[in-house]
Amino acid sequence: MTQRKAGKRSISFGPGVGITASSTVVGPMEAAGPLGRYFDTVLPDTKYGEKCWEGTESKMLKEACESVMQNAKAQPEDVDIIVTSDLLNQLTSSSYAVREMPINHLGVYSACAGFAEGVIVAGMALVGGFASKAVVAVSSHHDAAERQYRFPTELGVQRPPWAQWTVTGAGAAFLEFPAPDPLVVSRATLGRVVDYGVKDAYDMGAAMAPAAADTIEAHLQDFGLPINHYDLILTGDLGSYGLEVLRELLARRGIVVDTQLEDCGALIYDRNKQDVHSGGSGLGSSATVFNGYVLKQIPQGRWRKVLLVATGALHSPVRVKQSESIPSVAHAIGVEVKES
Amino acid sequence: MMGSNVKRPSSSDPVRVEHQMDFDAVAAQMRPKPLLARNLAVAYLVGGVICMGGQAINNLLLSLGLDKAAAGGRTAVVLIFIGALLTGLGVYDQLGRFGGAGSAIPITGFANTVVAPAMEFTREGYVLGMAAQLFSVAGPVLVYGLASAVVSAAVRYAAGF
Repeated sequence: MTQRKAGKRSISFGPGVGITASSTVVGPMEAAGPLGRYFDTVLPDTKYGEKCWEGTESKMLKEACESVMQNAKAQPEDVDIIVTSDLLNQLTSSSYAVREMPINHLGVYSACAGFAEGVIVAGMALVGGFASKAVVAVSSHHDAAERQYRFPTELGVQRPPWAQWTVTGAGAAFLEFPAPDPLVVSRATLGRVVDYGVKDAYDMGAAMAPAAADTIEAHLQDFGLPINHYDLILTGDLGSYGLEVLRELLARRGIVVDTQLEDCGALIYDRNKQDVHSGGSGLGSSATVFNGYVLKQIPQGRWRKVLLVATGALHSPVRVKQSESIPSVAHAIGVEVKES
Repeated sequence: MMGSNVKRPSSSDPVRVEHQMDFDAVAAQMRPKPLLARNLAVAYLVGGVICMGGQAINNLLLSLGLDKAAAGGRTAVVLIFIGALLTGLGVYDQLGRFGGAGSAIPITGFANTVVAPAMEFTREGYVLGMAAQLFSVAGPVLVYGLASAVVSAAVRYAAGF
């Protein structure tokens, strides 16, 4: 049997798991941001005809799943596994999104790192021969997250400048093995849960930056790659401030970032015009920016090798009230266009 | 694969402990600073305007012939109504994001803390949702407000004035 383990914490997908199609659904605020034109579906408002935010989020996730299958010209019957993730308790949005789909379902949770975790789980199933076609889809909704993790949405709260804004959006990718096209996920590194003691539920950027640094370092070590192997390293939702903390943490580990290092949360909004403070967060942040902005520009040759480091603050409102800190995790997937 | 080469992460790893030690300093240095002067000025302005409005209502009621105590009580009722209405219209959360403590501390802010959960949790029904969650934000204010009222009344009674 082929050894797929690379180093201590990574996986080599060998010839690579093909990304055949992608789709994104975003709210009006995300569409109004600088990446708006890269998203497929834009909601007219944050309710989208539903009575509750949870319903809206499930509807977004469902539509992302359906349109990614359409884009891949596949029927639900062709798909072996659908892996989904979201932020709500009991993976609420996921279950209600897929309940009418005749597809085997795996729900995964690593907070906002859910998309990368989903791709890793699906990728392992595909390369291991347990499936041949898979859908990975994740979502987050600002208001649904806000009412679960913080306060009722109509409460007049002043947010600190390091706070972030949960992205209302869903992103989906269609994965196949063997890969029909040159665009593949070739490598992955699994995150460890890292906790540097951040207790402020608004300070997610700082809480997650150490996890991102840890996973990036492990990825480079496990594959013996220099950081500039990638044209773009894209973290999930550190925000502008968390990204600066990450840069410093990498420097302290002797990693000089001589390639493009960006953060989905810092890219998705115009922080000068939109009142989002440090930037976007949530599963929708990495999922919409990666499946929209990144995957749409790879065929045009803007980048050939991209490392997505999806970051997740494993924030439990109960434990934080009990004076506990916020553990974090970051999962990385390396995407590239194979040389033919 | 398992066994001797399995390394325990975190505290037993000196490199990681070192990273952890100066992390707080790194994060604090990078963290965007709250605009203290701006926030204080805006809170003063927003809070001041709300209180001026309250005073205007109070003066109006006094001019209509109400005595001081009756006018005070009715002023509070009118302000609570305005706070609740602005919450319902989706304005008060915007005001709160802008004005901070200036809009949170006056009685209109208290109305906001009751009406916001009422609106939010109505979707789970009027009994188990709205009614059960109505004081989820304002509850602590009521509990400690009532408790301190009892204590201060007891002190006043004991001191005999």
